[in-house]
Amino acid sequence: MRLAVVAGMWILLALAPFWMPFLGGYTALGTRVLVLALAAMSVNFLLGFTGVLSFGHAAWFGLGAYGCGLSLKFLAFSTPLGLLMGTLLGGVAGALLGALMVHRRGVYFAMVTIAFGQVFYYIAFQWSSLTGGDDGLRGFARQPIELGFLRFDILHDDRAFYYFVLICFAIIVSIMGFILRSPFGHTLIAIRENERRARFLGIPIERHIWIAFTLSCFFMAFAGSLYALVNNFADPRGLHYSLSGDFVIMAVMGGMRSFWGPLLGAVLFEVLQDYISSVTVNWMSFIGMLVVVVVLFFPRGILGLVRQPRAA
Amino acid sequence: MTTLLLFNITNGLIIGAFYVLMALGLSLILNLSNVINFAHGGFLVIGGYIAWTLSPYLGFWGSLIVAPFLTAIIGLIIERFMIRRLYGRDPLYSLLLTFGFAFIIEDGTRYIWGAQGKPVSVPAILAQPLSYDFFFLTGYRVFMVAVVAIAVVVLFVLLRYTRAGVRIRAGTLDLETVAALGVNVRALRSLNFAVGIYLAGLSGVLASGQLGLESTMGTGLLMPSFIAIIVGGVGSLTGTLLGGLLIGVASGITTVFLPQASEAVMYVIMALVLLIRPRGLLGEEGMMT
Repeated sequence: MRLAVVAGMWILLALAPFWMPFLGGYTALGTRVLVLALAAMSVNFLLGFTGVLSFGHAAWFGLGAYGCGLSLKFLAFSTPLGLLMGTLLGGVAGALLGALMVHRRGVYFAMVTIAFGQVFYYIAFQWSSLTGGDDGLRGFARQPIELGFLRFDILHDDRAFYYFVLICFAIIVSIMGFILRSPFGHTLIAIRENERRARFLGIPIERHIWIAFTLSCFFMAFAGSLYALVNNFADPRGLHYSLSGDFVIMAVMGGMRSFWGPLLGAVLFEVLQDYISSVTVNWMSFIGMLVVVVVLFFPRGILGLVRQPRAA
Repeated sequence: MTTLLLFNITNGLIIGAFYVLMALGLSLILNLSNVINFAHGGFLVIGGYIAWTLSPYLGFWGSLIVAPFLTAIIGLIIERFMIRRLYGRDPLYSLLLTFGFAFIIEDGTRYIWGAQGKPVSVPAILAQPLSYDFFFLTGYRVFMVAVVAIAVVVLFVLLRYTRAGVRIRAGTLDLETVAALGVNVRALRSLNFAVGIYLAGLSGVLASGQLGLESTMGTGLLMPSFIAIIVGGVGSLTGTLLGGLLIGVASGITTVFLPQASEAVMYVIMALVLLIRPRGLLGEEGMMT
């Protein structure tokens, strides 16, 4: 049953460019949603499976975007290199700052992550000679992928780019799933369920949380790098804590205790936001109300509703 | 140069006083209810707009007194019907709720009062500089700092000497025991929340006299308040006071030498504090875990 659902989901994703136009979507929206879903899943890797709330994850997302953009602009016209540089920039920064933060728990951890996340927002905002400041980083574009015998023109062909992103998505998601199924992943869940007991069992909690945080930062930075490719653009708003909030909402809305929940949440959130902001200028109020309703009435998210109720 | 430095230190103190007023409210709510109130900046904006609306009828002084109370009542309603339901749950949810409310408030105030910023006039008696040598010391700035100082002193006295104040401080340390002693924790949290929002409303009224009114102005003051709390040490209101003044003055001084880093210096201070003294300047050991 579960296998059938997951297989169906992959088929839907794989055929998205063909069925989306009938529902009023377009391929570029699909690509963006997929990237944001990857980001929401990275947040949830930490939130849903380690029980650690980071509210500043947009920082690593945005650093990935800037890293990728700067690499494409100044280093070399190479998409894979851009992805690599973006992922490294965001991931390494996350790993370093994470070491400073992992001793906090709960709301205090959230608060420290928000505050540190904003550091990068201000850097991107102020260092305009490198980053373009408020106007954002322009002047780069994703480059066609050359595999020797094959050439993916992801710059001009929207569909090719969608499939490129889908393949990246599949790879990262498989890595995430693999980690969560490993003994290490089970340890993370044990920490989420009962940190004190896990500590008494001799598990080095801080080190595990730091590793989980770092992994999540790398995933996040990869998603951010992809996002730079989607827009051929990176701007400071991609680092702002309100984007972190969006990712957390996606995860909660879809169901943060399930692996695929954030994907569903991201699809819903983005499509709703896309729609609402096209019909009213007061879209912020509606998104705010959506968040309030989800928090008050559907705290376990959509997949949480579908599944067997269990003690949270 | 000395004048410039003095000017910026004074500026820093004034801005720091703002941060303190914001951060104390945030800190109260965080300590007792474990809620990061993202909508705090929103309540600041509401306070400012209410004062602006009332000032034709009540004048500046009247609205300075009334507007924060009305803001606190709005806060109380939101606490009573929404946030209270989330106290038993993962702090994630109350955080998200206030995050949603920050959106609603920012958009709502823009809808009601318009996207155009509103200039706010202060009474003539406060508008003149106090002396020609120190042109930057307008009466209003001194007045602002004085109001903040009075508010802080009153808050600390209330927390120290009234029964509710003692209970709030006790609840910060061990809420379970306080509840076991028969204190109505729900009412205590509501009161505490209202006091916090009152402070936000008060900062809104004061800020609008200095900066004018805009629906986005609260967001900019929110992050420094977070930093003030982290630097001062979570759980310690005196620490929050110290932290707010410290980062205000530090960014004021930095403005003289390296203007573009005036914002960054706060984060540097925060990083240093977390590195050298993880619990914050005056934080209790173990409060931040």
